[in-house]
Amino acid sequence: MKSKYTQPIGKIRDINGQCISLIGNDIDTDRIIPARFLKCVNFDSLGESVFEDDRKTLKGRHPFDLEENKNATILIVNSNFGCGSSREHAPQALMRWGIKAIIGESFADIFYSNCIAIGIPCFTLPKKSIEEIQNYCNNQFLFLEIDLKNSLAKSKDLNFNLEIKESSKKMFLSGEWDATSTLLENENLIVDKFNNLPYLKFNNKLL
Amino acid sequence: MSQDTLFDKVWDLHKVSSLPGGSDQIFIGLHLIHEVTSPQAFGALKDKNLKVKFPERTVATVDHIVPTDNQSRPFKDNLAEQMIETLEKNCLEHKIRFFNIGSGNQGIVHVVAPELGLTQPGMTIACGDSHTSTHGAFGSIAFGIGTSQVRDVLATQTIAMNKLKVRQIWCENKLSNGVYAKDLVLHIINKLGVKAGVGFAHEFAGPAINALSMEERMTICNMSIEGGARCGYINPDEKTFSYIKNKLCAPKNEHWEKALTWWQSLKSDVDAIYDDVIKIDVSKIEPTVTWGITPGQSVGINQQIPLLDELSPNDKLVAEEAYEYMSFKPGQSIKDVPVEVCFIGSCTNGRISDLRIAAKVLKDKKVSKNVKAFVVPGSEKVANEAKLEGLDQIFKDSGFQWREPGCSMCLAMNSDKLIGNQVSASSSNRNFKGRQGSPRGRTLLMSPAMVAAAAINGKVSDVREFINQ
Repeated sequence: MKSKYTQPIGKIRDINGQCISLIGNDIDTDRIIPARFLKCVNFDSLGESVFEDDRKTLKGRHPFDLEENKNATILIVNSNFGCGSSREHAPQALMRWGIKAIIGESFADIFYSNCIAIGIPCFTLPKKSIEEIQNYCNNQFLFLEIDLKNSLAKSKDLNFNLEIKESSKKMFLSGEWDATSTLLENENLIVDKFNNLPYLKFNNKLL
Repeated sequence: MSQDTLFDKVWDLHKVSSLPGGSDQIFIGLHLIHEVTSPQAFGALKDKNLKVKFPERTVATVDHIVPTDNQSRPFKDNLAEQMIETLEKNCLEHKIRFFNIGSGNQGIVHVVAPELGLTQPGMTIACGDSHTSTHGAFGSIAFGIGTSQVRDVLATQTIAMNKLKVRQIWCENKLSNGVYAKDLVLHIINKLGVKAGVGFAHEFAGPAINALSMEERMTICNMSIEGGARCGYINPDEKTFSYIKNKLCAPKNEHWEKALTWWQSLKSDVDAIYDDVIKIDVSKIEPTVTWGITPGQSVGINQQIPLLDELSPNDKLVAEEAYEYMSFKPGQSIKDVPVEVCFIGSCTNGRISDLRIAAKVLKDKKVSKNVKAFVVPGSEKVANEAKLEGLDQIFKDSGFQWREPGCSMCLAMNSDKLIGNQVSASSSNRNFKGRQGSPRGRTLLMSPAMVAAAAINGKVSDVREFINQ
């Protein structure tokens, strides 16, 4: 039985945990969470369905089904992870399974923004380093200590300089990654923009 | 860094502030919502005790979960019924205009907004759906967002976003007969790869793009995201303006003149600076079909599925996965691969011009007895227009099922699904593993004309053999 996930709140500085490696390029959000699970009005029960079809196909041999990975929190992926649909259900499902951070060669744009919006930092590393981690994970447990401020990942045997967008890093360190309140601080500017956009003058109200 | 492109101009116009982290706060001129990615956003709004800031700038319709056989309420599927009820309730409570089933204006959100005249040049448009890039066909800057950002747009009419780089994809010469916008965009994605667009907005330009109709341009921009670009756009021109004129929500009378003057000023400068420029010669493109599990894995109808050695090192891993999943042999021909299901529809190719082209191929022909074929119009308007033109009858006479509007088997959230490892010829946008509802289902993406040809022959076929007869 997996332990219950905790939703991140406030400042995110350190993430320490066991890595789970998932090999493959262009793993799309349909695979992370198939569309039939999008028939829901909240995200609560998505965790158990993450990678449902891939897991069924592999009959217990999928990384997300292996006993040794059940407490893993740091997902290691290859290139263009999370491509395809904009469904936030994908990172929500990963988070509810227990993932707290992702390290990969590259991420699709919308998936990346969705992760940042819900408090999952995504880091990039060169292909060679990812392969080194994935090979290591093949034979033994890898526990990483991620220091977000210095963009460092440390373990007993391996150390990496992680890359993360400066804007995302600042948000996590300051605890302001829940964008709504930050955006609302500029309420006057928003109203000014609304009043001054050319096309809002010549378009009749939609209602 | 790009300068003086349409993207730069629209971005600057909508920039509300520079945020402390280095991203920009961008005003969203038009927000489109549907039943799948909005309920949690409304829920979050409630949790935070926030209101919808400008309800008049959000428009809703229902598309992903609607059944296409029987749309009477309550839906047979309880979960689908719950989702549409939640949307109805949220729209009512927050005074958001909702185009429901039977309104005459319901349909796939990216088909509906343009046909209502909501989509206009120079706007920023966001929707909790990755195919929002479709609206870029009008010279708007349009992109998909996740549910947390839907919440942000509802609460603030803005989002936090890093400015994208801009790549111009210059398309030279003319598409040959029987080759359509879908073939062009599949070709572009194949040449550039599925992640080339990450971090970019793609500007589609050049004589081949100028020659396209508005609906064809929507097909191109729609699939920007399949090439990794969250946003794709085309500079507006007279075709754009005349498409919008007289639509339900288009500016009227003296407002129209003002709109036109402003729109005509909106385009990338001739000496604009791009972060990257790519040139594509479209004259050699053949009808194009995907053979794998990403939209980048495609070949011309007369080509063979590539051998592993012919692929770049980065493409090999996913190619091996694709050969296995699709049960195709490297080097085999894509032509004559048997198909079991044929689907015409989706936000990529479910518009009236798509139906017209397919119907032309199908007229006086019969669908192969081994094929289940169905057509799902992109919207109620498309369906009504098709009926006026008698297209529905041509489809039915040929053996196609004529369905009600919705997203249907593009992503199979309703009961339209592949079974087992069926092969489908599909006019939709994604051939991902399991995308069309069966975890083993196999999707071949192609133009609507090519789907019609495949339906007749029961196998992947060159539509030019039909239209050049």
